[in-house]
Amino acid sequence: MKLRYFAWVRERIGAAEETLEPPAAVETVGDLISWLRGRGEDYERALAEPNAIRVALDHDHAEHDAPIAGVREVALFPPMTGG
Amino acid sequence: MATIRTAITAEPLDIAGEIEAIHRGRTDIGAVVSFTGLCRDEAGRLDALELEHYPGMAEREVGRIARQAAERWDVTALTVIHRHGKIRPGETIVLVVAASVHRHAAFEAAEFIMDFLKTHAPFWKKEHASDGTPLGWVAAKIADDDAEARWVAD
Repeated sequence: MKLRYFAWVRERIGAAEETLEPPAAVETVGDLISWLRGRGEDYERALAEPNAIRVALDHDHAEHDAPIAGVREVALFPPMTGG
Repeated sequence: MATIRTAITAEPLDIAGEIEAIHRGRTDIGAVVSFTGLCRDEAGRLDALELEHYPGMAEREVGRIARQAAERWDVTALTVIHRHGKIRPGETIVLVVAASVHRHAAFEAAEFIMDFLKTHAPFWKKEHASDGTPLGWVAAKIADDDAEARWVAD
């Protein structure tokens, strides 16, 4: 699964993207965020407030309870500030 | 169905050219409404805004928002162009042009598109100070969520 990070999530994690295979118990976006937080200080700092994290699954906005099975690309980012 | 043009670009926008292009050669359009979003200097504090975007998703999301507007209002043509990269005060960040037979559809479609771009299009703004140092990321505004909510509230 490809993970992509944007804006301050990207800066805090220290990477724009990476490929990871989470364990089978990681079923939803929320599970994925919790699992990532356990990967180290940088992840913990980036994802400490899950409510502030927006998610896209294969380029579509998704909620934290969305399942990630079969998803190729998960993006995590702060609320958008375009326009 | 409306003629829809959307683009994500790092190049400066030709506002007059885009407005003219939406009705050039057509006689079925009675109203053209345009919105131009500009980079402010925040009283001299700001040297530039850096707009990060999610390539692939940004194009898809802007296209989807334009199509939603075209389904909801009787518009003849829509143009939505959003910039990314470094933008200086005075430069255009976003341009929305809506054309319709009568003005109300064009006004409302343009406003709807802006409200949804603010909350759904994957762009993030980072401020750079007059001395070039990064100041940090612009926070999303609750007011933008409220603006979006009025289009779904009954």
